Amino acid sequence: MEEKTNALLKASPEQVLYAKVLEWGMYLGLLILFITFGLYTLGIIDPYIPLDKISNYWSYNVHEYLEHAGITAGWAWLGMLKYGDFINFIGVAILAGVTIFCYASIVPTLLKSKDIAYAIMAVLEVIILGAAASGILAVGH
Amino acid sequence: MQHLNSGGNMRINTNLWVMVFIGLFSLAIMVTPVFAGASAEAAVEAAADGHVWWFWPLVLFIVTFIMGIFAVLGGVGGGVLFVPIISGFFPFHLDFVRGTGLLVALSGALAAGPGLLKMNLASLRLAIPVALIASTCAIIGAMIGLALPTNIVQIALGATILGICVLMLTAKKSTVPDVPQADRLSSALRICGVYQEASTGEIIDWKIHRTPLGLGLFILIGIMAGMFGLGAGWANVPVLNLLMGAPLKISVATSKFLLSITDTSAAWIYMNKGCVIPMMVVPSLVGIMLGSFVGVRLLKIAKPTIIRWMVIAILAFAGIKALSKGLGF
Repeated sequence: MEEKTNALLKASPEQVLYAKVLEWGMYLGLLILFITFGLYTLGIIDPYIPLDKISNYWSYNVHEYLEHAGITAGWAWLGMLKYGDFINFIGVAILAGVTIFCYASIVPTLLKSKDIAYAIMAVLEVIILGAAASGILAVGH
Repeated sequence: MQHLNSGGNMRINTNLWVMVFIGLFSLAIMVTPVFAGASAEAAVEAAADGHVWWFWPLVLFIVTFIMGIFAVLGGVGGGVLFVPIISGFFPFHLDFVRGTGLLVALSGALAAGPGLLKMNLASLRLAIPVALIASTCAIIGAMIGLALPTNIVQIALGATILGICVLMLTAKKSTVPDVPQADRLSSALRICGVYQEASTGEIIDWKIHRTPLGLGLFILIGIMAGMFGLGAGWANVPVLNLLMGAPLKISVATSKFLLSITDTSAAWIYMNKGCVIPMMVVPSLVGIMLGSFVGVRLLKIAKPTIIRWMVIAILAFAGIKALSKGLGF
C-alpha cells in the first residue's frame, strides 16, 4: 500500500522527460543570451543600431521602428547575425522555442503508454507553437 | 508559490549565487562605459532623450529586480507587474513592453517549471489540455493586440489591471477544495493526482470538476495574456483552484508551468512582428530572475500581507496611468 502511494506521488515518465528537456533548454538559452549580450554591450561585435542610438527607436511603435531602423521582421534576423544586437536573438529563440521540443519529446512516451488523447494534444500543440514560431501568422497595425 | 521551492535549499543557494554573479556581471557591463567598447565620446554622448545609452537599461534592470522581489513576496507573477509599470513610467512603446513582458513571464516560468514538474506539484495532465486552448487563444490575443490602435490597448490594459486589483482584493483561496466527484471529461482524460502536503505530511488525492467551464474560461485568459503581454497567473490560479477544484499548491504550480506554454505562443507572434529589443529584454530578464531568487530568500522574514497591499496599490496606480494614457490625459 505504501509502495503504491509512493509510486503515485512520483511524476510520470513523460512529466520527468518534459522537465529535463525544459531545464536543459532553459539553461542553454540563458547561457547563450548572457554571452551574446556581453559581446553586444562590450562592443566586441558591432551592433546594427549603435548603442547610443537605440533609445531613438524604442518609443516608436513597432511598424515605425522597423521602417526607421531599416529592419525586416520575422526570421530575417538569421541573416543579420554578424551584428551584435541580432546575435541576442539566438538565446531568445531558444528560450521561446524550448517548449516545442518538450512537447515533441514526450509524444513517443505517450504513444508507448497508449495515451492516444494526450499524444494527439501534444502533436497539436507542436503544430500550434510551430505555426506561431514560423511567422505565418502575421498581423499589423 | 515561493514556499514550494523550500525543499531545494542547496539548489536555491547555488542558483542564487549564479544569478548574483550574472546580475553583477550584467550590471558591470551596463555601468562601465569604458568597458562598453564604445569610444569615450560615444559613451558619454547623450541620446535623443538626454541620457547616456546605458541609463534606461540600467534603470530597467534595477526596477525589474525590485519587481522580482515584490512579485515573490506579493504572490504575483513578474509579468503582471512588468507591463503596466514599465509602460506607465518608461519611455518604451507599448509594443516593445508587451513583447518584453511576455519573454520576462516566459523566463520565470521556464526557470520554475522543471522543478515543479519533477516534484509533481505541476501536473502535466492538467496543463496539456488547458495549455492547448490557452496557447491558441494567446496567439489570437497577440494578433488582436498588435492590430488594435495603441490607445485602445492602453485603455483595455488599464481596465484589466484595475480588474486584477479587484480580483486580488476579493478572491479567496481554497487549500484543498471539496470536489465530491470528478466530472466526465476529467475522468476520461485522467486528470487527477496525488501529492504530499509538506507542512503536515498528509497525502492528498485530488481530482477536478467543472472541466468544460474551466477550459472555456481559458479561452478568455489566453486572449488577454496575448493581447496585453501579461503572464496569466492572476487568472489561472482562481480558475484552477476555485472553479475546477484543484488544490491550491497544484493550482499555483501548474499555473506557473502553464505560463511557459501560453507565453511561448504569444511571444513568437510579438517576436516575428519585431517587438523585441535585446537592450530591453536582457536587463529585464536578468532583473526579474535575480529579484525572484532574492525574494524567495526574503520570504522567510518579510510580511507578505503588507507587501501584497503594496503590490495592489502599485498595480492600481499603474492601471489608472494606463487608462489615462489611453484616454489621452
